[in-house]
Amino acid sequence: MVVRASYHKELNTLEDDVVRMGKMAGDAVKASVIALQERDLTTSKKIIKDDKKINTLRYDIEERCLLLIATQQPMARDLRTIAALLSIITDLERIGDHAEGNARISLLIGDKPLIKQTVGLSKMAAQGISMLERCLVAFKERDKETAKIICDEDDIVDDLYDKDYREILDIMINDTSLIQEGTYMTWAGHNLERVADRVTNIAERVVFMVTGKMEELNVSKY
Amino acid sequence: MVENKTVFNIEELKAWYGTKQVLKGISLKVQANKVTALIGPSGCGKSTFLRCLNRMNDFIRDFRHEGSILLNDQDLYSSDIDPMDIRRQVGMVFQRPNPFPKSIFDNIAYGLRIYGEKNKTVLAGIVEESLKKAALWKEVKDNLKQNALTLSGGQQQRLCIARAIAINPEVILFDEPCSSLDPIATTKIEELIEELKDDYSVVIVTHNMQQAARCSDYTGFFMLGDLIEFDDTKKIFTTPSNKLTEDYITGRFG
Repeated sequence: MVVRASYHKELNTLEDDVVRMGKMAGDAVKASVIALQERDLTTSKKIIKDDKKINTLRYDIEERCLLLIATQQPMARDLRTIAALLSIITDLERIGDHAEGNARISLLIGDKPLIKQTVGLSKMAAQGISMLERCLVAFKERDKETAKIICDEDDIVDDLYDKDYREILDIMINDTSLIQEGTYMTWAGHNLERVADRVTNIAERVVFMVTGKMEELNVSKY
Repeated sequence: MVENKTVFNIEELKAWYGTKQVLKGISLKVQANKVTALIGPSGCGKSTFLRCLNRMNDFIRDFRHEGSILLNDQDLYSSDIDPMDIRRQVGMVFQRPNPFPKSIFDNIAYGLRIYGEKNKTVLAGIVEESLKKAALWKEVKDNLKQNALTLSGGQQQRLCIARAIAINPEVILFDEPCSSLDPIATTKIEELIEELKDDYSVVIVTHNMQQAARCSDYTGFFMLGDLIEFDDTKKIFTTPSNKLTEDYITGRFG
């Protein structure tokens, strides 16, 4: 048997593309929250359009993973990596969708001002993106300890969402004319809460890549 | 690893060809009615190990060994053991099909006749049963007098399996049984191996890792005369414990 250089080179390239896809999804989340806060509808529209690029990359990676399975019969850690890649790209694509969702909420709110300060959204986005960025590093470095820590951090985002949601509820109770915008804002918060859940899924796959064990490391409250 | 009945218990098996040591202390249990696959790079000792299991190495000059091989608690290399008797209990199928230049019937009946069976009805019954077990009966039942060398490669290999089965062994050893066969014939042999374990214990040496993954219950990885890792096949091919195993099966060296 010869050392399978081209096969392993393609596997490395796939991993790099997954990291690239993760960065695209993270950037989209960040931009979607800023656009929502700054009422920048032009950027919101661009985020919706650019989500297709994330989706396209996901299908490209998926096809190349299937090709490696079909042609290279991956085994052991390579097999676990490819299985993890197929799962991770689904979560990254959904993170992109959550960013797109927030961009659409921004368009739904239109030219109206936001009903409240959005510190909670900023904090959720910052925490979720930080989790994602560190998770992508842990993925490349096969760092299961960091991945487990990231799973635990989902609770931080859950608590932030909880607080934000209650504040919006109070606003809507006090002024029923704000129910529609208030509901939109809860959706935006929920999208960011889901981003952290998706990162948790990815972190679980990083642990699987290293240990071969599939386990749920944090069950989200929502 | 769940242990069932052990058919072979090998302990600290060392082997030499002249001064060259080819097995460096292999300990391994072969479980009954399971398929055990042995994989590893060329020259790792897996075929030598396999050939120790029915004393085929006795034919090689300068071969010597240390350690013990127990077949159902009988010491395979004990002085009171007849190697012919061992080879009746432990059949072997080789890399290239090697039918005798005789009829299909006579190929299967050959071993039985050597062991003294003369009753034609008994012979015919065992020939039929063996060919059925080797999934060859339907293809040859009307041509039993035909020379076995006229069969295709895949058919010849199944004939050799039928020949091994005919003398009712307990274990069948396969030494790269599909390396000279096309993919369809290979699939048939692999399916057959899966069926054979109902009645026999199987040990297979293969260079084809996918074959080991597909048709074995346990896998041993050999390298440079050592057994590096032995475990459930699904564990070896998904989460092997040893880095050398992992590097070998993922093609990082070879």
